[in-house]
Amino acid sequence: MFNVSAKQLTGVGVFLFAIFVGVPLIIGATGRWDFYFTLTSVALLSIASAGVWLTFYIGRINIGQGAFALIGAYVSAILVVKAGWSFWISLPAAGFFAALVAILIGIPILRLRGVYFAMITLVLTQVVTLTALALPITNGAKGMSSIPLPSGVSLFGIPILPDFAGMENTKLAFYYTACILMIVTYAALYRLVNSRLGHLCRSMQQNEELASSIGVNIAYIRIVIFAISSFFGGIGGAMFGSIAQSVYPSSFQVVDSVNFMLNCFLGGLGYVFGPMLGTLVLYFGWDLLFEFGKYQMLIYSTVLILIIRFLPNGLLSLRIGKGGDK
Amino acid sequence: MSPLIQVKNVTKKYGGLTANNDISFDVAENEILSVIGPNGAGKSTLFKMISSFTPTTSGEVLYQGERISNLKPHIVARKGVVRTFQETTIFKSMTVRESVVVAQHLRAKASLAGYFWGSKTAKEDVTAFGEYADELLEFLGMSEISGEQATNLPQGSLRALGIAIGLATDPKVLLLDEPFAGMNHDETMRMVDLVRSVRDERGVTVMLVEHDMPAVMNISDRIVVLNFGEKIAQGTPSEIQNNEKVIEAYLGSADDEIGM
Ligand SMILES: Nc1ncnc2c1ncn2[C@@H]1O[C@H](COP(=O)(O)OP(=O)(O)OP(=O)(O)O)[C@@H](O)[C@H]1O
Ligand SMILES: [Mg+2]
Repeated sequence: MFNVSAKQLTGVGVFLFAIFVGVPLIIGATGRWDFYFTLTSVALLSIASAGVWLTFYIGRINIGQGAFALIGAYVSAILVVKAGWSFWISLPAAGFFAALVAILIGIPILRLRGVYFAMITLVLTQVVTLTALALPITNGAKGMSSIPLPSGVSLFGIPILPDFAGMENTKLAFYYTACILMIVTYAALYRLVNSRLGHLCRSMQQNEELASSIGVNIAYIRIVIFAISSFFGGIGGAMFGSIAQSVYPSSFQVVDSVNFMLNCFLGGLGYVFGPMLGTLVLYFGWDLLFEFGKYQMLIYSTVLILIIRFLPNGLLSLRIGKGGDK
Repeated sequence: MSPLIQVKNVTKKYGGLTANNDISFDVAENEILSVIGPNGAGKSTLFKMISSFTPTTSGEVLYQGERISNLKPHIVARKGVVRTFQETTIFKSMTVRESVVVAQHLRAKASLAGYFWGSKTAKEDVTAFGEYADELLEFLGMSEISGEQATNLPQGSLRALGIAIGLATDPKVLLLDEPFAGMNHDETMRMVDLVRSVRDERGVTVMLVEHDMPAVMNISDRIVVLNFGEKIAQGTPSEIQNNEKVIEAYLGSADDEIGM
């Protein structure tokens, strides 16, 4: 379980090369600079989706990730704008704050299972939106705009991170940042799933009673997982806010929460990298269908239903076959 | 020597129904004690209270003098009192070996973070879990099916898997709820031997609920009999077989017969 096969290493190598070298080359050659924004969004949304996937891993359908993304975006914006923090410190702070909220909300609601848990999470996004509208610190409906770009970071005089405001090409910088965050997220997710915590999650997902009979503290693990899940949501949201340089109560809506969940279904709940692929396909799929105007939603939904009907284990089941890389 | 488990005046009420009424008895270390009684007598309920899967309405259960009732199941399991389930209860999409490996997590020396980073202790744990899983499955005669998906197993092997999972936690007391259900005569006799060697070789104190009277009479050191939530008798197999109240209780119920 600690060893990675040569094939896997090659796969990771090719993937890293493609996103860090291939994509910039292609974009440079074609001049489609707008693709940077698209791919950056995909990377960040897939971080939030990774969190949703993790809650699936303990047998809970989470349709509330938008709430935590919104919380993360606001926390980072407030820390940067009102408290003058560096964005790079506000980013983990946003993640931790989202995790803290998840713990407080999770204690009562994680006892629920199935559709009951899903329903409660479904309203969370709306609750956070309404809270953002009501609170003075979030500026209500006006939201927070003109958030400064991330500033440079240096440690003992050695520059570690560049000042985004002084850059010619912030698109590329944000793209790289988002990709690095995404890779760290999925590496962490992969390790988690393949470590003891992951095995305990699997046991809970398959049978909570049996898990507790062998001594698994299911209530505790549920909370830990929900907190990690929401941490990812908070990080994704905070990064989004920084790129858009603004956060509004409607920055993340219920439909975003639903999409995070669909990304997981589409990519495959049995595969760690499923939500990444799901996010990419769903995001591009939606855009490609733009041509169809008012039929966009209809075609989109039909295709989704067909995929979920005929590929219940997600897109990755096509490639990897039965079992796959857990 | 003081008893390992003490059931003291335990009562369980489900609304108006009294599933267990003022039950008391002791279990000695290294004993095999069976709880028998007609359907609905309250046997499973009693086991659920001992393992803290359900709280008592009144009374308490002590393990080594310490209360283990009305806690959380995982806490009681960690103390060494582990139950199996009457209904088929398995990790559906795990293999037999994976189930037995995951059940050993209580024995982990490394922390969750240690596993995440892949610390040396964690790697040693993983190796040790694998080795112990193989040893345990060998002991239980399940080596051939160790790679099988749990859902593909026949009923008899599922029961054995339940016991294997329970044993993998390295319990001091194992509560088996109908471990021989769905097994034919030969399988049952093999299982009886196995449960006895669990006690003899691993020093596990065993409590079991069973309807198979020949097996119960064969395996038990002592028997506690429940009927309609009341304890009506306790004693050695031969005492129980000749107990008036017990014979009456069993004659009164259509589908059970006490093996005499
Ligand atoms: N969760 C519950 N809620 C309400 N009543 C219950 C509950 N669990 C058990 N009972 C009732 O308590 C009584 C005892 O049930 P229990 O399962 O302990 O019987 P048992 O002796 O194990 O029977 P069997 O041999 O059929 O397994 C039954 O009448 C049952 O219907
Ligand atoms: Mg029962």
